[in-house]
Amino acid sequence: MESPFRSEAAAFRFLLITIGAFALIVLASAASTTLGFLTFIGLSAAAVAVYWRQRGPAPDTEHVTQLAGPDERRVLVVANETVAGEELLSTISTLALTQKTVFQVVCPALNSRLKTYTSDEDPAREEAQTRLDMTLGRLASVGIQANGVVGDGDPLVAVDDAVRTFGPNEIVISTHPPGKSNWLERGVVDSVRARYDVPVTHVVVDLAAAGE
Amino acid sequence: MTAHAEPIHGDHHGPPTANQSSRVDARTLGMLLFIGSEIMLFGSFFAAYFFVRVVNPSAPNEWPPAPFEFPVFVAGVNTCILVTSSFTMHWALQSIKRGERKGFLAGMVLTFLMGLAFLCTQVIEYLNVGFNTGDGAFASVFFGLTGLHGAHVAIGLSLLLMVIIRGFRGHYSPEHHHGVELPGIYWHFVDVMWIVVYSAVYLI
Repeated sequence: MESPFRSEAAAFRFLLITIGAFALIVLASAASTTLGFLTFIGLSAAAVAVYWRQRGPAPDTEHVTQLAGPDERRVLVVANETVAGEELLSTISTLALTQKTVFQVVCPALNSRLKTYTSDEDPAREEAQTRLDMTLGRLASVGIQANGVVGDGDPLVAVDDAVRTFGPNEIVISTHPPGKSNWLERGVVDSVRARYDVPVTHVVVDLAAAGE
Repeated sequence: MTAHAEPIHGDHHGPPTANQSSRVDARTLGMLLFIGSEIMLFGSFFAAYFFVRVVNPSAPNEWPPAPFEFPVFVAGVNTCILVTSSFTMHWALQSIKRGERKGFLAGMVLTFLMGLAFLCTQVIEYLNVGFNTGDGAFASVFFGLTGLHGAHVAIGLSLLLMVIIRGFRGHYSPEHHHGVELPGIYWHFVDVMWIVVYSAVYLI
């Protein structure tokens, strides 16, 4: 079942389906109120199930308009709690040594759902800004120049925003190890790989192991 | 699909490109917001209706409560008129897509006339129904639901009238008929809502 509001023809088909469905409901209600109610519930559930199964395909891969100069490479680094991890800093250092590279570090302002819905995001942004400042300071101490920005609470939206303003040649995403990472559980890395036509490097930072 | 990026210190003039990172197309978002608001609007009226009729402990056993009666037959004929108008609307749009201007104009005029007939019949029904809004909660929800739908029909008729006027002035073509498509979607939506209202209020 397609969206009934995508076109006039789809809306017309939806009208015909509605007439048929409500004719069934009225007939069932004439026999028994309970049967009519169950018919309504059953048809509604069937419509939702059909719509859910036939939703459109996943969005196409986006071409990233790259803004790097001729001898330059732009790398977008996405991380938050793992932003100061040694594995990530090591990866950035390696990339910085191979070619003239401009880094943009994005720290999504991760927040709880309740606080997101109530627009209580200032503390989350402050925490993300603190981590970002610390990371930029560490990178600067080893001679790596990088810019940074606090991104949207949704990491995919934060990446989308940064891709449009920064135009990277490569994206590096840092997460906790599998089993501990909310981003991996949500498929953030796979989604970014599927969405953009630039290489995506996944760096696993195990803060617990580093602290032992 | 192409991601667009602007240089931060480029020589770009004018407003910045709209942020599309949410990946929701603006027209789709507008339509979703409209549908969402309509669902909430009709939903609130249906909630009141079902409370008065089913959930309310003092709800009457028969619907409508004696001695009142709904004009089911007249409303049924009216339903046929409105559903038929959707067919003529569909015919009109298919005609303009094929470049058949006469069919398009005939379909639009017929759709408008049937919509007007529906609205006039509803007004006559109100005048002869035998009860008024002060005769109980059932009457209030009856007039509320059918009146809300009637208001949507009136808005739809305004849109159709604009399409007809533009059509007679030579507007629209097989390539450019977006101005017919959107009122068509709205008109079918109005029909869908009437099917629900008629089934729930008059038949069940």
